[in-house]
Amino acid sequence: MTRPASPAFTPARARGRAAPGPQAPSMLGAVWRRLTSDTVIQLAVIAVLLIAWETVTRLGLVHPFLLPRLSAVLERIYNNALNGKVFMDLGLTLYRAAAGFFIGVAVAIPLGVMMARNAGVRWFFDPLVSIGFPMPKISFLPIFILWFGIFDTSKIVMIAFSCFFPVVSATYAGTLGVDKWVIWSARSFGARESQVLREVVLPMALPQILTGIQIAVPVGLITTVVTEMLMGGPGIGGSMMAAGRFADSVGVFAGIVEIAVLGAIVVKGVERMRAYLLRWHAEARH
Amino acid sequence: MGATLNTLWRYTPLLICLAIWEILATAGPVSNQLLPDVASVGKALWSLILDGELLRQAGHSLYRAATGFLLAVVIGTTAGLLMATFRGVRLVVNPIVQMFYPMPKSALIPVMMIWFGLGDMSKIVLIFIGCLLPVVISAYNGARGVNPFLIWSARSLGASRTSTLVQVTLPAAMPEILNGIRTALAFAFILMVSSEFVIAKDGFGYLISQLGDGGAYEAMFAVILVVAAAGFTADRLYGAFVRHQLRWREP
Repeated sequence: MTRPASPAFTPARARGRAAPGPQAPSMLGAVWRRLTSDTVIQLAVIAVLLIAWETVTRLGLVHPFLLPRLSAVLERIYNNALNGKVFMDLGLTLYRAAAGFFIGVAVAIPLGVMMARNAGVRWFFDPLVSIGFPMPKISFLPIFILWFGIFDTSKIVMIAFSCFFPVVSATYAGTLGVDKWVIWSARSFGARESQVLREVVLPMALPQILTGIQIAVPVGLITTVVTEMLMGGPGIGGSMMAAGRFADSVGVFAGIVEIAVLGAIVVKGVERMRAYLLRWHAEARH
Repeated sequence: MGATLNTLWRYTPLLICLAIWEILATAGPVSNQLLPDVASVGKALWSLILDGELLRQAGHSLYRAATGFLLAVVIGTTAGLLMATFRGVRLVVNPIVQMFYPMPKSALIPVMMIWFGLGDMSKIVLIFIGCLLPVVISAYNGARGVNPFLIWSARSLGASRTSTLVQVTLPAAMPEILNGIRTALAFAFILMVSSEFVIAKDGFGYLISQLGDGGAYEAMFAVILVVAAAGFTADRLYGAFVRHQLRWREP
């Protein structure tokens, strides 16, 4: 990724002519520019951090219990991948997170739309949502454990409850903010109410709904890990707590790397989904 | 008078929910163990307040949340502004931010336990890390979005780089920074309660689990409602603070 000085102010012909100059210096320059491009430097920073981790631990500057060697952590992850433990842990965590998330969203989006369109529904749910939104939902976990036991049901209900509020308030605000003129013109062209909802209101509210979802996803992952840590059993949170209890810090760090990778995949996946769903929208054009 | 009635009308749904709770708990098929009735929860709350237990644990919890949160606000805003101003800072800090941003911060609880033990420090550092990233990212995006003409004018009028940063970029980026801080505030409460559940020694989370383990469900419900109310109040106070800070903006 070389960066020409100012492409906007250079005519196309001049840019084409600049290339065949004196051969050697421009090639060196190109190599230098490539080496100092943003992406390469940022990758180098990560590499330096990882090398520093390995070096510091190999030299014994840090007690291996506090910070195990990077190579030991990677070896553990590799072994866990071979015996399938990684996939079982991450699969279970992902299953709980996804189940709770989809239940929460499946309730939140219709409710948010109804709140925006029906005064009665709005009257009843608006104060409840505006009180529920800023509460730390995780504090309700003991109640859900009391009601639903310590297995998957209570975890999934807890995750759904956490994911529900960001999505419902974003859907409500997004649907409420849809331009009245667009709805009126769709109606005057003879669209039925269901068509107006499907073809006009939901697409126009979609950017804000997706923003709510992008808040709900990390909150859901945090909640999943906490519920697993508290209730134990298989799943990445439970495995990390078990490793911590046996003073197995390699296991703890392996768990962190695994959940970080899972989180990165999920969060990037949601960003991709947003870009795909909104490819018609103005925000996709820059 | 009209305003009072309006507020009452607005919060009637809440009273309806309380009524449904009371009916379910006293007359319904749900056993009183699973859902204590409103009056006994209120009584349990009152006795927790009277013997000072609730206030003591609240002090522990809020001290940690406030310390981690405030550190994150100061350091995060500075880091975000510097990232937007200096390429070198951006190139070093950005990959670290990108790496840690999607990670569920609660996964760090066992490491915090290994590094800082069971005391205050482990929770403060966890809350600090969790709150830091939203603040850094919003300060960076806010500072990057500042109209460059503002910065160029300040520079051409002879302002130094530092004073431009403090007097032009920071106020112009303030709306977005304040938004990021609101997210951080929510994370501070989530991580406070979560870490106290997992590393149970003192604080709200400890009190809740201890009461639950002891079967004192009325008191457990009471403390949970207090924590929820604390999170809600903090958010409302912060909202009022933001409106006061941004009153210079055109509506």
